[in-house]
Amino acid sequence: MSTITLPFRNLLRRKPAALPLPPAVNRTATILPAVEVPSTDPLYALCVSAPGVIDLDELRLASDAVTGLRAAGIRLIIPLVNQGELIGMVQLGGRMSDQEYTSDDLRLLGNLAPQAAAALRVAQLAYQQQLEARRRERIEQEIRVAGIIQQTLLPKDVPHIEAWEFAAWWQPARTVGGDFYDFVPLHDGRLMVVIGDVTDKGVPAALVMASTRTILRAAAERLISPGEILRRANDVLQPDMPPKMFVTCLCAVLDPQTGHLVYANAGHNAALQRTRDGVKELRARGMPLGLMPGMSYEEKETQLAPDDTVFMYSDGLVEAHDGAREMFGMKRLESLIADHDGGEGLIPHLRDALFAFAGADWEQEDDVTFVVVQRQHGAPPSDPPDDASVILDDFEATSVPGGERPVMERVAAVVNRVGLPAARIERLKTAVAETVMNAMEHGNHYRADQPVRVRVQTQGGQLSVFITDQGGDQPIVDAPAPDLEAKLAGTQSARGWGLFLIKAMVDDMLIHTTPTEHTVQLVFHLPGGNDAR
Amino acid sequence: MPAKPFSAALREPVLPLKEGVIIDLHGEINSTVEAALNSAFDHAAAQNPTSIVLNFRDVDYINSTGIALIVGLLARARKAKRTLIVFGLSEHYLDLFNITRLADFMNIYPDEQTAVAHLVPHPTGE
Repeated sequence: MSTITLPFRNLLRRKPAALPLPPAVNRTATILPAVEVPSTDPLYALCVSAPGVIDLDELRLASDAVTGLRAAGIRLIIPLVNQGELIGMVQLGGRMSDQEYTSDDLRLLGNLAPQAAAALRVAQLAYQQQLEARRRERIEQEIRVAGIIQQTLLPKDVPHIEAWEFAAWWQPARTVGGDFYDFVPLHDGRLMVVIGDVTDKGVPAALVMASTRTILRAAAERLISPGEILRRANDVLQPDMPPKMFVTCLCAVLDPQTGHLVYANAGHNAALQRTRDGVKELRARGMPLGLMPGMSYEEKETQLAPDDTVFMYSDGLVEAHDGAREMFGMKRLESLIADHDGGEGLIPHLRDALFAFAGADWEQEDDVTFVVVQRQHGAPPSDPPDDASVILDDFEATSVPGGERPVMERVAAVVNRVGLPAARIERLKTAVAETVMNAMEHGNHYRADQPVRVRVQTQGGQLSVFITDQGGDQPIVDAPAPDLEAKLAGTQSARGWGLFLIKAMVDDMLIHTTPTEHTVQLVFHLPGGNDAR
Repeated sequence: MPAKPFSAALREPVLPLKEGVIIDLHGEINSTVEAALNSAFDHAAAQNPTSIVLNFRDVDYINSTGIALIVGLLARARKAKRTLIVFGLSEHYLDLFNITRLADFMNIYPDEQTAVAHLVPHPTGE
């Protein structure tokens, strides 16, 4: 304690009288602010060790506090000590009658001091309790608000898609965690399924959860690649994320026609897929959202056969403790899932197991959330029809000089899966790089806020890469065919190879223009396709 | 993938024979390397060789602007009656040199040994 700071520290004292005073009847007592006595001052130690009335006139102590008290006209101090702790001090000036304090006065003050100290202590405790009650009330109110925000944002219903079963269950912890889940239909008929968990609790966490959900939904309107959706969400969330807060999030995109599931994970618990052969973890690497800028998210994919179930959950399940502080754990979860047929019934199966494990006195420490996706028996065949389009990747790239290179590498990595020969992949890389470079430079003028969108898809035996810029209001200039002799002779610019190279690298090139966008479609015939070369 | 830093360095020491000098290229050839590429070519030309040899073995990316820069070097070499020799191209970039017809105006060899073996003796007999 550096100074005595008590609610009752302004105690009665009187200004000293320097001159003969008029009759006492005209004089009144004056309450002045108490002189602070720092805990480092020798007077403080004296008050604790030798409680009783201290006459400052007789005190011989090298103390700044004593000097200050004397200067303020204080004559007597009476330490108020309770259970060995200095909890207050009475500071008195001269008597109103101008007479000296008598030995009776001093005895009376000395006797009063312990009783005053005890009463003061009680008052202090009552005051602290009042403050604590107000604080608890504020927290309870915050929990109520956070709970309302959280509950309002969770889906009211699950999707209803033929041959699929979806189910979800959420049980909030008493102090409110930050779990959320969402089902978002995409414009191409696929479905985005999201589960996430915001670290921290209360209103700030609930607001971050609301922002994350909104950002994910907004990203899903333009993007259908889960890795890209998470990348975009991280870029938007990270600059404004409160300290020590982040969001784990698993994002999966399901094609109900084929059972194909693409997923990316921002540090959330890996989903589990129950197949006829057992239970496997669907792992994908990625940092939680909001921690670091410029993160990328690994994308993985899996195929759901009829009767397969994918189970997503939050850490409140596997990190639940029983009375002996043993954790529920992954092994128990995998075993429970393996023993069940999957589908909607998996939720009560796991919920009952959790309650039985945690016991009747379970103090739930964190939210528990389950999301179940099951492909039902008798669903359409897994293989897409020949003319069905399959989107392999869909993402945005910032328009910066040199920005074509990472796009080229990413598209090449994606295309590697469709069996294009190595030499043709090299040609595709050059075509993609040149087209993206044109889009970034001429379409978007290297404006960082105007990204180039890239979509890679297969359909009807051909692979297409769609590259879209935002320069639809400007015509694409068809440069003259390069003439090397003229270039060497200096009669034609050495440049102007881009469009020529693109056309030479692809099987076909189409340009789609809207008032705001140009999209260049690079077409490659796939080996074994309808019109493969 | 971050781009590898570009460098274009004259081979030291200069070849024992004075028919040609080798410029070792590293990294990617795009619009940002124009000054470095031309500077290396200036230093090579200052030695008045019959041939200037470009080593593409460590070049992993050439875009259309890079092709234009090579066209520029070829034009300078032809103007000075020098032969431009190239080796170390990957199959894909050899493909590009054929499509752009650059291959019609320069001597292209698969490796350094073959390229050096084809250097033309200096007309002055030095």
